Amino acid sequence: MNPQQVDTQRRKVLSGALALGGISTAIGLGILAPSRALAKWQEQAIMTTSLEEGLSQALGGSSYQESDKVQLDAPEVAENGETVPVSVETSLPNVESITLYVTENNAPISAVFELGSRARPSISQRIQMADTSEVVALVKSDGKLYGTSRQVQVTVGGCGG
Amino acid sequence: MRLSRRDFLELMLAAGAAGGLGGSGKTLAGSRSGSSDWREIPQDFYDVPRKGNVHLLHFCDLHGQLKPVHFREPSVNLGLHDFRGEPPLLVGKALLRHYGLDRFSPEAHAFTHLDFREAAEYYGRVGGAAHLATAVKRARAERPGALLLDSGDTWHGSGPALWTEGQAMADFQKQLGVDACTGHWEFIYGDERVQELVKDLEGAGTRFLAQNVVDRDWLDPIFDAYTLHEQNGVPVAVVGQAFPFTPIANPGYMFPQWSMGHRLERLQEQIDKARGEGAQVVVLLSHAGMLTDMAYARQLRGVDAILGGHTHDPVPYPERVTDPDGEPTLVVNSGSSGKFLSVLDLEVRDGKIRDFHYRNLPIFANALEPDPDMRSLVDQAYAPYQERLSEVVGEVDGVLYRRGNFNGTFDEVLARALIEGRDAEVAFTPGFRWGPSVLPGKVTFEDCMNQTCSTYSETTRQEMTGEQIKHILEDVANSIFNPDPMLHRGGDMVRTAGLRYAIDPTRQMGERISDLEIGGEPMDPKRKYVVASWADVNEPQDGPQAWDVLADYFREHQAIRVEQPYIPKLKGVSDDNPGLAV
Repeated sequence: MNPQQVDTQRRKVLSGALALGGISTAIGLGILAPSRALAKWQEQAIMTTSLEEGLSQALGGSSYQESDKVQLDAPEVAENGETVPVSVETSLPNVESITLYVTENNAPISAVFELGSRARPSISQRIQMADTSEVVALVKSDGKLYGTSRQVQVTVGGCGG
Repeated sequence: MRLSRRDFLELMLAAGAAGGLGGSGKTLAGSRSGSSDWREIPQDFYDVPRKGNVHLLHFCDLHGQLKPVHFREPSVNLGLHDFRGEPPLLVGKALLRHYGLDRFSPEAHAFTHLDFREAAEYYGRVGGAAHLATAVKRARAERPGALLLDSGDTWHGSGPALWTEGQAMADFQKQLGVDACTGHWEFIYGDERVQELVKDLEGAGTRFLAQNVVDRDWLDPIFDAYTLHEQNGVPVAVVGQAFPFTPIANPGYMFPQWSMGHRLERLQEQIDKARGEGAQVVVLLSHAGMLTDMAYARQLRGVDAILGGHTHDPVPYPERVTDPDGEPTLVVNSGSSGKFLSVLDLEVRDGKIRDFHYRNLPIFANALEPDPDMRSLVDQAYAPYQERLSEVVGEVDGVLYRRGNFNGTFDEVLARALIEGRDAEVAFTPGFRWGPSVLPGKVTFEDCMNQTCSTYSETTRQEMTGEQIKHILEDVANSIFNPDPMLHRGGDMVRTAGLRYAIDPTRQMGERISDLEIGGEPMDPKRKYVVASWADVNEPQDGPQAWDVLADYFREHQAIRVEQPYIPKLKGVSDDNPGLAV
């Protein structure tokens, strides 16, 4: 293992620790939903290779309405498919969750954020992408699903003039 | 853009002067016995009288070429969709017609591939730091306070540039008195080295500007975005835009914490901020490529001129693009390899540009006395390496060149060298646009370095399925021929040996490549083929360097026949496309 890898590992451990430490605080402040945050890691939804199944597991349905109140920010061309920075924001009211999925990934669901009542519905996440794909952000607001999508290119790279 | 009557007259005057229609009989260069149709370079060729009150001098994409070279412009540079027949995607006679240039003027040689060998022998070499320095000094003598701007790809491309990790080129920039520059291939030396050289430059008053390079996690800017200068009482801002796709097109692991991209929102903020600080003229110094620069001009407000590089598309005259407010933005590109110096004079009154005057001056080494100080700087930079670079490795009977959408003759040799040297069935070599041309005769080790040198030029040999091979062709084609210039990553189509294909560049991702044959047989998507390549951007490699593989091939074969380069079967593009001359 080279020094760079060690460094990366250490950063992962550190960020993991921070994330764990932060959860109880987040629940206390009403940012994370208490019942869900510690109760169930959305393992089945995240691990499944069926998009329909995953969305049903996590959100109770998969059909959504296109909405310009969901803003998805993602690069047009990923600099590195391993870590593609994606942000979602919404002005929709009473947001229960924000879900990110990548249609062309083998396991399409990248993340499910379950938000508490006082959270500002704005998230940022690095996602992994195997290939050029639509990236979709779904927002559950007042029990309904709204969403928007963007294409992100993952290229073989090289060959620049 | 359509030329107005006045533009056209001005251009004809410039062309007339260039073509020697004055008939004074006094000439600078090109005079040779024999019956060439090419016109001599008139004595007043480099007399560019000052006009206006804001003066910008610009060059780009020198690619480490401190000494004069030959550089053949492309015969295939396709314009598709909305860009068919539009500058800069014009070649040969179509380019001359568009700009009203004389067929046998020095400009015709500088801007086109026409009768390249004969014209190159007639006019001699182009560029060279010492000759460029003389042209800059002459332009500056007329224009005290003129800004000298460099769009980048300066630190890379020759042995001395590589072996000094860019120092030879930073020294050249300092000596020339570059006011501001930006980057692309500069980044291949790695984040720490870039910071070192930027500091070195800034100590000498040369600013490195790149508003779109930010920290990957925190989005903090890494470099300054813009500078403010004053010329004749007019505040002028220069904003820098590095090549947006560097982390994809080049090894991102050399600068793992830097993210790039277009970042047009931030760019607009910088422009507005500079305007807020009083700038009356805003110049974008860009390394995005000319077609992308024109797309920027359509989206950004408050930019007066974009002085750009990257795509090595020299234009004799600026494009005038209308911005969202209905205001014009001038877009120019100054070619590559030290071959051109753009001189843009702006007439600014009451805070607005009223008129402009432009020449994209070809630097003919035989027509400009070399600047002695710059010449000694170049000699010093070469001294430690001269012996190694001067080795004659072989000989060719035709012109070796690279530039063009598909294979050039130099890439044919390089691809064959990869197949033979790495014992492969298929060779890929990147469609770089840098690398000077070589006239028939001796080939030196320096020529090999000029085609291949970088910090990641190790060759690779690996197995790939037919499907993967097709995917590579599709992926590169989707960048070069994409209808959206914001997705162009620059370069030309990947060069190949051992395979043949048809391409319809007008189609979508995954649908452009067809009839793929490998080793004379239809490609089998599941079969594995041995593929040789070089310049892997994903991780460091340890194969032999591309320059050694190429030089060994020359050494082994000695006399090499130069044949027509392989061009895939073109579909969806008519023979009369103004970007196609075959």
